[in-house]
Amino acid sequence: MSDALLKLQEVGRDFDVSRPWLNRVLEGLPRQRLRAVDSVSLDVRRGETIALVGESGCGKSTVARLIVGLWQPSRGRIEFDGVEISNPATRAATSQVRRRMQMIFQDPYASLNPRWRVREVVAEPLRVLGLASDEAAIDRRVAELLRQVGLAAEDAEKYPHEFSGGQRQRISIARALSANPEFLVCDEPTSALDVSVQAQILNLMTDLQEKLGLTYLFISHNLAVVSHIADRIGVMYLGRLVEVAPAEDLFSRPQHPYTRMLLDAVPDLEMSGKQRTPVAGEVPNPLSPPSGCAFHPRCPHANDRCRMKRPASVVSGTATVACHAVQEGRI
Amino acid sequence: MTPAAALLEVKDLRVEFPTRRGTLVAVDGISFAIAPGEVLGVVGESGAGKSLTGMAVIRLLEPPGRIAGGEVRLEGERIDNLPPDQLRRIRGRRIGAIFQDPLTSLNPLYTVGEQIVQTILTHLQVSPQEARERALGLLREVGIPAPESRIDHYPHQFSGGMRQRVVIALALCAEPRLIIADEPTTALDVSIQAQIIQLLKRLAREHGTAVMLITHDMGVIAETADRVAVMYAGRIAEIGPVREVIHAPRHPYTVGLMGSIPKLGAGMGKRHMRLAQIEGAMPRLNAIPPGCSFNPRCPRRMERCMRERPALVTAGTNQTACWLYE
Amino acid sequence: MRSALARFWDHDLAYSFRRSPVTVAAAVMTLLCVAAAVLAPWLAPSNPFDAAALSLDSAFLPPAWTAEGRAAHLLGTDDQGRDVLSTIMYGARISLAVGLAAVVFAMALGVVLGLAAGYFGGSLDALIMRVADVQLSFPAILIALLINGVARVALPQQMHDAMVLYVMVIAIGLSKWVDFARTVRGSTLVEKNKEYVQAARVIGRHPFAIMLRHVLPNAMGPVLVIATINIGIAIITEATLSFLGVGVPPTKPSLGTLIRVGNDFLFSGEWWITVFPGIALVVLVLSVNLLGDWLRDALNPKLR
Repeated sequence: MSDALLKLQEVGRDFDVSRPWLNRVLEGLPRQRLRAVDSVSLDVRRGETIALVGESGCGKSTVARLIVGLWQPSRGRIEFDGVEISNPATRAATSQVRRRMQMIFQDPYASLNPRWRVREVVAEPLRVLGLASDEAAIDRRVAELLRQVGLAAEDAEKYPHEFSGGQRQRISIARALSANPEFLVCDEPTSALDVSVQAQILNLMTDLQEKLGLTYLFISHNLAVVSHIADRIGVMYLGRLVEVAPAEDLFSRPQHPYTRMLLDAVPDLEMSGKQRTPVAGEVPNPLSPPSGCAFHPRCPHANDRCRMKRPASVVSGTATVACHAVQEGRI
Repeated sequence: MTPAAALLEVKDLRVEFPTRRGTLVAVDGISFAIAPGEVLGVVGESGAGKSLTGMAVIRLLEPPGRIAGGEVRLEGERIDNLPPDQLRRIRGRRIGAIFQDPLTSLNPLYTVGEQIVQTILTHLQVSPQEARERALGLLREVGIPAPESRIDHYPHQFSGGMRQRVVIALALCAEPRLIIADEPTTALDVSIQAQIIQLLKRLAREHGTAVMLITHDMGVIAETADRVAVMYAGRIAEIGPVREVIHAPRHPYTVGLMGSIPKLGAGMGKRHMRLAQIEGAMPRLNAIPPGCSFNPRCPRRMERCMRERPALVTAGTNQTACWLYE
Repeated sequence: MRSALARFWDHDLAYSFRRSPVTVAAAVMTLLCVAAAVLAPWLAPSNPFDAAALSLDSAFLPPAWTAEGRAAHLLGTDDQGRDVLSTIMYGARISLAVGLAAVVFAMALGVVLGLAAGYFGGSLDALIMRVADVQLSFPAILIALLINGVARVALPQQMHDAMVLYVMVIAIGLSKWVDFARTVRGSTLVEKNKEYVQAARVIGRHPFAIMLRHVLPNAMGPVLVIATINIGIAIITEATLSFLGVGVPPTKPSLGTLIRVGNDFLFSGEWWITVFPGIALVVLVLSVNLLGDWLRDALNPKLR
């Protein structure tokens, strides 16, 4: 695909969660590795909003951090606009590419340095990346950014604690925008906010995307939010991408059994009388994931093949699905 | 609802926080009642005072917070002015509580069985053997697989969803008449949420227990509650049957709130459909505007709203505190 | 417009200070002690180190309010005829200077090591923290004795007298850095995972800039508390070393030296030579510790 702004190829990331060396020696324990992200391949097209959804611990936030370079992938390759950015050896050379993507975080109370005035928070990327010539230019740019996210230029002199959660999230967005990025990675940007404020931030993000031509990677656990903002949706389970599909198709014709289960579990606000089908079981311990397809212990369609062999991602209609049952036409 | 039928009746409840810069009123004269077997949802955004209302009912307010006025009646008996030792007998025995974080609700040093048995023995006149039998039955009832072996496990050996089931078993073990559930599903994943909601609903129905379900999640309310009270800035903006409040909200705040909730599939096909939004944010406790506290954000504000505070009036099946329905 | 002073007066910290009479009393006492020590050359009745002014006639004079006391020597005189009040004021000067300098040294060392250990983690963290563990398994006094002993052997005698204060500062400081390092490491681990630090990393800020501009200012709160509490401990450690005879020499006595010197006369009836420096030491350390306790409570949001 030539219009891919970001390409993930078989990206994986392990975390060493072993006990300290002394405990391992004394208690005879082996090293333990947690496979947080496992062979994720994904293309993000210029100008689209792609969402990653899944339950806690499914690896969606890890993918976000791998993309922006907060962590290095253990395996695989990440390309941004045709330049490989996953190799730590070439990190310095790729800094020009990296600055074209920025990140918005979940917790508006932890994402701003409490001791800095808003002006300094928003101006930090300008100073570090050398995007403003002098203090006057910084002042002008900060005021412009604050107005762009729906705050007042005078707010620059205040401290973060003087703002509500929603306003802080606006400040975070202004900081991310000050580096003139093309691509924003948004890690659960509204899940710490109240619904009426969430609506404000989602609308703001939509407006900014239209005005600035941004591309979003939107991480969320809330399918209803995702259905509002995303063009395409990827569903993750235990570090693996199980289904990627255009938003409409994912909601009208979910294919992977896990996607179906997630959709069934969404609370029914319309009160159509539809009963939620509670799913048996919970997400297994990621330290010892099930063999074969990671979802098989909870899957109503699992057979021996699902228990033995891990399904590959295969194109099925408009979607890409990793499921033996779908590929064999059993469901 | 007539007061005689109500299991819990709260009248003009007021919770204050004295601070050095003046007294903050966190819950400002709210009244509601819950009937046996009924689930009352209390919904609101953070800072609306919904959790404090629940805490005030069981008198677990963190100092310096205090009940500054009003009455709380359980089965007709006033409990807001009871001395602490009598209150302790009511907590756990007649009122059970379920909080958001299942981990901090359980003592990590004791097995779940010990904790449930101990609570049963404190409140009910049974032998230790009977208490253990009962504990086993409860764990089975809340859907813990193989309770005979799980009963001797410690809280950390349970997953988040299972732990919340244990907390529910603990809240139920003395067969309370009222359960106060404060954000019981917020810390859980969606697939587990559905299980816990079903469980709460079934238990309320089968045991005739009244439930006060406090949450910010309208979806949970829609599925679980019979009636819902919408709180804003320490007051009830609207209260009524859940179907009515969701499908035909009267108060402009409820209207805005319902419009701002993203609905699954509603934006489908219309790329980037805007959500309805309420401008601004809920006022801080030290800056609650005079008159109707919602007036600065209200699209239908009238001159009167800025001066006079509206009382709850009947509007169709709902009661709402808004001058539009006077 | 509100002046900076008015804002300071209205701040929560200033408010909790005003509300605690014990803290106000401790602050007043601390200020008095510090003023008496700093201004000793101008306030003290006499200069106890001016050999010309000393006469053995006036040795062992009891306090002024007793029968043999003289009005010129309020708290009496010692074995060499030095005015006890004056020696206390000059001694407090040395005690305070050594205590403060030792804490500043320990703080600088501990903050740098703790920040590095917390931020970079891995084997650097393991190395620093294991050294800290080993250090902690020796009592502070023992470490100070060790360093002091090494310095005595390594340095020639005449240099030793000149260097003794610096040796004391280093000895006490080295025995105290672990507290600071552990605290800073702990808060650094918390702060570095906060999203504002991650945001700075995404921008591509240099790790040292992030440590200095983002992590350190937000990790300093508990450090100030420990510093205040440690000033008292450092003064006591210095007094203990001097009392044991390995500290400041009698020619330039600190409070601890004074107590040791006076101790020899305690049973011969000249109690004032040791008791008054002792009271001064207790008052000084107690006041500083009360201030530290208040600061800890005032800065701890959980206790507010």
